[in-house]
Amino acid sequence: MNEAETKHSNTKSQDLSLNSGMIGAAVPRPDAIDKVRGEARFVDDLVFSGMLHAAVIWSEFPHAKIRNIDLTAIMDDPRVVCTLTSEEVPGDNIVHVIYDDQPALAAGIVRYIGEPIALVAAEDRASARAAATRALIDYEEIPAVFDPEEALRPDAPLVAVPAAVEKGPNLFNSMRIRKGDIEQGFAAADVVVEGEYRFGYQEHAYLETQGAIAVPEEHGAMAIYGTMQCPFYVRSAVAQVLGLPLSKVRVVQTATGGAFGGKEDVPSLVSALAALLAWKTRRPVKLVYDREEDILTTSKRHPAVIRYRSGAKRDGRLTAIEVDFIYNAGAYQTLSSAVLWRALMSAAGPYRIPHVKVDGRMAATNTVPNGAFRGFGSPQMNFAHESQMDLLSDRLQIDRLEIRLRNALQIGDETATCQRLEESVGLTETLEQAGQTVDWENRLRKIEAFNADSHSRRRGLGISTVTYGVGLGGKAPFLDKAGAYMKLEADGSITIAVGTVEMGQGLTTALTQIAAEALSLSPERIHLAPVDSSRVPDSGPTVASRGTLMSGLAIIAAAEKLQERVSSAARDLDIPKEEIPSRLPEIARVFFMRNIDPAVEGWASGEPVDWDPESGLGNVYFVYSYATHIAQVEVDLVTGEVNVEEFVAVHDSGKIVNRRLAAGQVEGGIAQGLGYALMEEIPRQGGRLLTTGLTTYRIPTICDIPLRSEVSFVEAICSKGPFGAKGLGEVPLMAAHVAVSRAVVHALGRPITTYPFSPERVKKAVTMQKNSE
Amino acid sequence: MQIRIIVNGRPVEREIEADMRLLDLLRDGLHLTGTKEGCGEGECGACTVLLDGQAVNSCLILAAQVDGKEILTVEGISKGNTLHPIQQAFVEEGAVQCGFCTPGFIVSTYALLKSNPAPSDQEITSALTGNLCRCTGYVKIVDAVHHAAKLMHQKEGRSRRAL
Ligand code: FES
Ligand code: FES
Repeated sequence: MNEAETKHSNTKSQDLSLNSGMIGAAVPRPDAIDKVRGEARFVDDLVFSGMLHAAVIWSEFPHAKIRNIDLTAIMDDPRVVCTLTSEEVPGDNIVHVIYDDQPALAAGIVRYIGEPIALVAAEDRASARAAATRALIDYEEIPAVFDPEEALRPDAPLVAVPAAVEKGPNLFNSMRIRKGDIEQGFAAADVVVEGEYRFGYQEHAYLETQGAIAVPEEHGAMAIYGTMQCPFYVRSAVAQVLGLPLSKVRVVQTATGGAFGGKEDVPSLVSALAALLAWKTRRPVKLVYDREEDILTTSKRHPAVIRYRSGAKRDGRLTAIEVDFIYNAGAYQTLSSAVLWRALMSAAGPYRIPHVKVDGRMAATNTVPNGAFRGFGSPQMNFAHESQMDLLSDRLQIDRLEIRLRNALQIGDETATCQRLEESVGLTETLEQAGQTVDWENRLRKIEAFNADSHSRRRGLGISTVTYGVGLGGKAPFLDKAGAYMKLEADGSITIAVGTVEMGQGLTTALTQIAAEALSLSPERIHLAPVDSSRVPDSGPTVASRGTLMSGLAIIAAAEKLQERVSSAARDLDIPKEEIPSRLPEIARVFFMRNIDPAVEGWASGEPVDWDPESGLGNVYFVYSYATHIAQVEVDLVTGEVNVEEFVAVHDSGKIVNRRLAAGQVEGGIAQGLGYALMEEIPRQGGRLLTTGLTTYRIPTICDIPLRSEVSFVEAICSKGPFGAKGLGEVPLMAAHVAVSRAVVHALGRPITTYPFSPERVKKAVTMQKNSE
Repeated sequence: MQIRIIVNGRPVEREIEADMRLLDLLRDGLHLTGTKEGCGEGECGACTVLLDGQAVNSCLILAAQVDGKEILTVEGISKGNTLHPIQQAFVEEGAVQCGFCTPGFIVSTYALLKSNPAPSDQEITSALTGNLCRCTGYVKIVDAVHHAAKLMHQKEGRSRRAL
């Protein structure tokens, strides 16, 4: 539990003139004070005068025509104000994410259980919810398909809306990578190993459920307050559904109680539904999902099946990989095409491989649409590529750490998409440092000794190493931009507005530090205003670990402009440069008295990236983060329970802006990863998810996590990031879950290839092993 | 029905529906929105309050059941503008991320440290196992509880000396 340690490696950090020492400091987060007092306002804590409460009538069938919607009984209660169906939608009945396939309210047909059909608004929440249960929907069930592999068979019932299908019936998208010559690659291999890996859902289980309040404003405009990651997605969705120009929709992000990707696309739907009722009633309308609605009707991590072949030389060097995978998208596209693309980009792992063939498919099924979840399609791939490395290590009798070191990408190497890495590759250092921290070889010997003496328990050590392309990458470069608005107030304080959001990850703190550094001011002088889409230009989504990076760059750009103006005013006043920070109030006063423009804007646009869909090759991300995790587990052979005893995490995310926050991100990712690997599971029966609450969907508690964990950073400075920073947020989960599951495999000496490694699955593996002995 | 309770040290009288949850009374009736609803089924601990000194899930208790009792919510933990040492420790240790679970953890920690001023790791984890956090991974929460125990100990020492 030590404070994260930081070491420098192939860095240029010494050259960066950091003047105030802000970057890297463990500045406490300003938002924490409100949060510990219970004063932070989350969406359900807000009340507007005259506000109504909404409830949703959800589809009860996975695939059905709607013959009739009878809502008359709903109006029996005088506290109910109105109902609303798709026919009344004033704009397009579409919630646009990437494709235009998903309706706000089902029109004539439903495609998954939990699809919204109609809405109720009432004076209070209980009345609205009670009224919704009185809806009479007449369905005509039609054939449905739930399994992604079945959905791709030629005789499968058609799920997908034609507009959303790029590649054939129920095949939303297929993408590929072709690098080198795969035949030649396998011909050159001394050994070839194969595996098939399967994954179910993972639910975000952010503690705060989805919610939004729509508030009609003057001149026919609409304001949305809500818990979200992407205010500009919400703005477009609401504008489209209401038929309003973008300028008439204002989106304010409220304190957000966790997101992890789950509040990337879904808030567009939630806000659109609230907005429809607010538009109809001309009153503020609040829609907050309860936990059951949240689990049953919102996006999750994609279930997946991955088939993987790897070839290597006797010395462990990879010669070729061939990967084929199918992800279950659910009934609508939402973000699936982007998830598929990132899965494709992650398929090779952080390794140097001359010949690569990858094919990925995204299948439509009659299940809840899946979307973004920390890692965005990569975590499934991370387990696959790391399992393959362990298979090779076994087969070739090369140590697991050693075989990774031999293949690890380095500066000058080419990635699987033929991108030459020019700077900031700290991968090898993460491997070496993680190995040293656990004392890898000695540790393995100790574990062997322990296992030799123990009958009912076994220990194992798992290692995983991953890479993550920071930002949105070559598939959607147009989204990679961000604005910042900065104002010198008359009293010398600074107001900043940005368009990426705080959702618990510490963005407000990191950006305040960056601004303080760029302006040479103390952070107390700086206030980051709540995110409001009317204050800044479209700054893209807060996803892909890009928040600090892009808004940080925009803030630095704004700060440079403001500095210039401040310096020239200071010269007029004969204030020497070094006294500017302390005498800023004086200077601000002069701005005010002499009518000098005190406001500036900063803009950041992503570095050029490209991708060719034919070959799947390109310079797909402008920079990559890396990590190596090692976990030690103890498996109870009788109960199948796994205890994660110890954890070591080493990350290269470039310069770390705030060590304590960064360590907190890593620890949080470890817990989520542990949950994914060992316990989190949603059984599905046909189109119905059988887990409806946190009682049955178990996430790690404080008793499940290793209190002995060591988090550290190697900082391979990125010249293009703010003060050398890259991205961090998603990487910890990607590496963590694999370290845990691979540790279990090591302990058992027997592969498990299906997630999660629940006690039942572990027990089964133990029994099978006994039988084979 | 009519109930009389003491909330954060103040007497409150309210006319309530028989099926109203304590959580709704606090949030909607008394505007004490620091107490959160994360699950509504006693699983997450975001709605934790003290009922006559015991930590309980206010989503599982009817307002009618607390008639005549005393309730402490997160809003009642600090005095004025000064943070309670537990709150201070959570801020200083970085135990707060999104903050949605935080009020529940603060209240549960308050109950723990009242009965056990110097808990071990094990005692902390078993006292807080009913509070879920999806962001922090709990490591810094455990640190914060130890830190809070120390701060409270120091403070107590000081006030005893002052006597
Ligand atoms: S809301 Fe009460 S325990 Fe979750
Ligand atoms: S800080 Fe987000 S749930 Fe605990």
